[in-house]
Amino acid sequence: MAETLSFLTMSLYFGGTVLFLAFLLHRSEVLAKVAVFVAGAGFLAHTGTLGLAIVTTGQFPIMTFRDAMSFFAWGLVLVFLLVGLKRGLQVLGAFILPLAFLSLVSATLAPVEASTISPVFQTVWVHVTLSILGTIGFAVAFVAGLMYLMQERLLRSKQFNVLNFKLPPLDFLDTLNQRSILFGFPLLTLGILTGAVSAQLTMGSYLSWNPEQVWALVTWVFYFAVLMGRVTVGWRAKRAAYLTIVGFAGVILTFVGILMKSPQAMAHL
Amino acid sequence: MNIIVLGINHRTAPVELRELLAIPDSRIGEALTRLRAYPGIKEAMFLGTCNRVEVYAVAEKGEWGFRKLEDFLVATHFSLSSEDLLPHLYRYSDEEAIAHLFRVSASLDSMVVGEPQILGQVKQAYESALTHRSSGVILNKVVKKAISVGKSVRTNTRIGEYAVSVSYAAVELAKKVFSNLQQQVVLLVGAGEMGKLAAQHLVNQGVKDVLLTTRNQHRAVMLAQRFEGQAIPYEQLRSTLPKADIVICATGAPHFVISKDDIESAVHQRRNRPIFLIDITVPRNIDPAVKDVDNAFVFDIDDLKAHVGHNQDERLKEAATAEKLVKEEVESMVAWVRGLEATPTIVALRNKAEDIKNTELEKAFHRLGTLSDKDRVAIEGLASAIVNKLLHGPLVTLKEEAQSQNGFAFIEAARRFFELRERDLHSLEAPSKESEVSDELSEESLSQKDSL
Repeated sequence: MAETLSFLTMSLYFGGTVLFLAFLLHRSEVLAKVAVFVAGAGFLAHTGTLGLAIVTTGQFPIMTFRDAMSFFAWGLVLVFLLVGLKRGLQVLGAFILPLAFLSLVSATLAPVEASTISPVFQTVWVHVTLSILGTIGFAVAFVAGLMYLMQERLLRSKQFNVLNFKLPPLDFLDTLNQRSILFGFPLLTLGILTGAVSAQLTMGSYLSWNPEQVWALVTWVFYFAVLMGRVTVGWRAKRAAYLTIVGFAGVILTFVGILMKSPQAMAHL
Repeated sequence: MNIIVLGINHRTAPVELRELLAIPDSRIGEALTRLRAYPGIKEAMFLGTCNRVEVYAVAEKGEWGFRKLEDFLVATHFSLSSEDLLPHLYRYSDEEAIAHLFRVSASLDSMVVGEPQILGQVKQAYESALTHRSSGVILNKVVKKAISVGKSVRTNTRIGEYAVSVSYAAVELAKKVFSNLQQQVVLLVGAGEMGKLAAQHLVNQGVKDVLLTTRNQHRAVMLAQRFEGQAIPYEQLRSTLPKADIVICATGAPHFVISKDDIESAVHQRRNRPIFLIDITVPRNIDPAVKDVDNAFVFDIDDLKAHVGHNQDERLKEAATAEKLVKEEVESMVAWVRGLEATPTIVALRNKAEDIKNTELEKAFHRLGTLSDKDRVAIEGLASAIVNKLLHGPLVTLKEEAQSQNGFAFIEAARRFFELRERDLHSLEAPSKESEVSDELSEESLSQKDSL
């Protein structure tokens, strides 16, 4: 049952990805509707998968890398359904759905941890959840930055094509970028703090300077600088777009770092 | 009975002539009353926009109706004579008139195909006609359908999605940078026509503020009044730039008015908030090198034209789809109108037959004296059977042929064969009732046929 549901989720996300990419290049409203429908169905299946896991294990499935990635993908699609549909921006799906799909795929490529790490302390659980939520914010900022650069380039080169027609206005993308970071940053901060607390409880020190911890801190400092830069010296628009793309690359590196390590590392971050 | 339209539009007449035919809103009522007063004009509607003046009517006889409508138009302005007007007029009747109205309403006949105003104008014309009771059963149905066709063309095709005027293209491009124009400040530099048009479009979108500057301060003040904006001394152009989100440059100057340095410093002062510049004149007033400044977006007249060209292609594609849609709707509307013609004829024919049957039965019963109930029923049944069987063929043929190309000819023939008088034909009013009656009739005649 769980296997079927997660396979269904992945298939629907894949279908949604293909449909959204087709929608990006064709002027067809029907395509957008079908794509949103498929993505919505995928989201329901995904929610079902998560619900089932809660019922069978009695806890929220987030303690393995695979579960964490799955939760990350779920949150991304939720953001798309909330923001994209409210604002009538189906085009967001063409960027978020592929990301969600890739996250699920990368999760399956990760080494399978048969058993979840039993959360000795509640703080570990909280730490992971907060970090993932923060990452969702940065992922949306990344998508907004990517779209910003595409639209900016199209406008600058005066290419009035389907893509230019479909992509949202620049200032909307810049605002989305800013808000996503404003959403993600405090969550990441709390995630790091709870991580440090759980490290203290499990290993006796707040910070052991392992590569993941360092990367996490670097990421934090980076996004802090991005936020401050926006407020003080006007790092917005194109620069903000570039910076958030770079920042998200850093986040992905942190993830890859965790992936390379033993499952135990999860608890240490 | 014919639906007719007589009118002039941007293709057939110059604006000087169209102006003369315009009727101000306050006098529409009077004009419609005047129209209805012509004998033979049963229903009328007046559609006046800056690109067209059209009178729609339901007339007893088409040719004669056209002459009355001509008289009406000539009489709208004292300086008009029929010699001036007649060469510019177009006339359509019945199917063509319906098709014309549908195309107008769908914005397929507009100067700018797909422009959105016309639908509202048709609605307004219809409402005036309703208010002044100049429209009736037929026009009401046809115009309402025209409005819904217009709406459906707008929702089912993308005919209105693309800007096709250079000045409006500026708005469309601005919307790719700013999601909410109502928060943006527009700066108009110079008083060129295209610049003013573009500024007007932006004002129509509800921009927050308009700043204006020209070399001639007096002119700037005049423009400021027109746009309800604020005149800025020309010397302050550079210091004003950072305040502007959208800059429209339309001076007659033969040199650059805004340099790359100006924009670089403006963007810097704006803390990288994007600035959108439209250079709408030739020779250009904004240094093209501005395109290399980050967060500054400059479009010259060629860029705008390229945008419009792209849009026009899209609109024409959409227009072809829209034409198909309109054609289908016209066909069903024409069928309805023709059915309307047949219905009173059918009703009159049945009434006449009923009358004859009843009169003859009265006479027969009178002559035969006392009869058993059974006999009476048998005789009545016989009479009904003869009448119904005799009429069945003609009635069915009438109903069927009413939809065909020669529908009117069949109806005319039936009227003559059965000596149906005009009085009999106009005894019915509301169309919905008529169609109900006709449906009941056919069911009734069928059931009677079965029972016998």
